[in-house]
Amino acid sequence: MDNEHFKVTPIKNGTVIDHIPAGNAFRILKIIGIDEDCKSTVSILINVPSRQLGSKDIIKIEDRELDDNELNKIALMASDATINIIRDKNVYEKKKVSLPDELTGIIRCQNTNCISNKKDEKMLPHIIVETRSPLRVKCHYCDRTIINPQDAILF
Amino acid sequence: MSNLFNRDIISIKDLSSGDIDLILSESEKLIDVAEGNRKLNYLSGRILATAFFEPSTRTRLSFETAMHRLGGSVIGFAESKSTSTSKGETLADTIRVLSTYSDAIVIRHPNEGSARLAADYSDKPVINAGDGASQHPTQTLLDLFTIKREFGKLENLKVGIIGDLKYGRTVHSLSYALSMFGIEILLSSPSSLTMPPDVMEYCKTKTKINDVKLDYLIEEADVVYVTRIQKERFPDEEEYQSVSGSYKITRSHLIKAKSHMIIMHPLPRVDEISTDVDNTLHARYFRQSFYGVPVRMAILNIVLGGDVDG
Ligand SMILES: [Zn+2]
Repeated sequence: MDNEHFKVTPIKNGTVIDHIPAGNAFRILKIIGIDEDCKSTVSILINVPSRQLGSKDIIKIEDRELDDNELNKIALMASDATINIIRDKNVYEKKKVSLPDELTGIIRCQNTNCISNKKDEKMLPHIIVETRSPLRVKCHYCDRTIINPQDAILF
Repeated sequence: MSNLFNRDIISIKDLSSGDIDLILSESEKLIDVAEGNRKLNYLSGRILATAFFEPSTRTRLSFETAMHRLGGSVIGFAESKSTSTSKGETLADTIRVLSTYSDAIVIRHPNEGSARLAADYSDKPVINAGDGASQHPTQTLLDLFTIKREFGKLENLKVGIIGDLKYGRTVHSLSYALSMFGIEILLSSPSSLTMPPDVMEYCKTKTKINDVKLDYLIEEADVVYVTRIQKERFPDEEEYQSVSGSYKITRSHLIKAKSHMIIMHPLPRVDEISTDVDNTLHARYFRQSFYGVPVRMAILNIVLGGDVDG
């Protein structure tokens, strides 16, 4: 087995997340909920030379297609990531992650007195993206700006 | 029909200056009705639900008076103990049910963001009557109405705001609204209770807003808006006493004030305005409190699509 082949082993079915800024692969795995209980085969490539980014990380997840909600979370950490959905060894769909205008259930409001943080209400937090760079988001309910939104992501 | 027909009123920021102008001019036309000198039935057969999850007697009664004065009726509750929320029902469910019984809902709730949540689940218009430390837009509208009514205009005025500018909910909304109309704002507060930077930033894009000494503020302002400094904001009683004492308005403070200057307060007052100010020509806080009725009449009438002249 030559090195080149080892690096780019194609997957038969699943998802390839490409163009992740180097060093962010593990955080993204955490965000999309891939941990020791995950049954899929996951390959992680770190510090791959990239013309676009200098160096980048790549994640390949076999037998699992990420849905849009999971992709939205990725956009919070890696706004330039590209997603390839692979079926039968072919790229079935190629998409850019893009942060939508509103996100439900992904970022928690930091205001402890906000209705969205009351367990009895059995509700999901809902935030509104005000600006993308720098990332500035606010709570849909109480209107407060969320400081360091990356730290408020629900895992 | 106004574009406010069927709209929720959750935050003052939801309203354009045109919306505010409409509410203020309609309020003006309803003063004699609010005083009981003219009868109107614009909202006859309509039902307002007042959902007060925490008590606020003045606000609730002024909404109820407003609805009755326009010929409508009111259902509701004054605290959450008597509702199914105390049995564990979610706010969303309570609101969904109430919206099937009524034509509009007024909500007061201890948690920030609850009015927005209510609006998401109600197919009838929701009016926020205070959600936690967040918004209380009808208070701001009645504050603006008081200023406009007393001066006949909103332009070229200086409004000084005194007290707890950090946590005071009414002063944030008021500052947003004043700056929408380009009204100059003077601020005076204890150093630990200054206006939050995001409010300052917003206001600075629209008007002049500056921290000043209390004496200067009273001399310069056309309106002095006084708010309560709460004991809970201070680590100890002694510090509270000394700070709140230095922001207490007494008759002797007013010697250098402009003769037309008016003093406002969202009430209830504790001791931040001494009672010897009540009989001066400057005191306007009780009149301000009355203006809550015509302003809420105008809001209900516009939102519910009752008659709006011209
Ligand atoms: Zn919130």
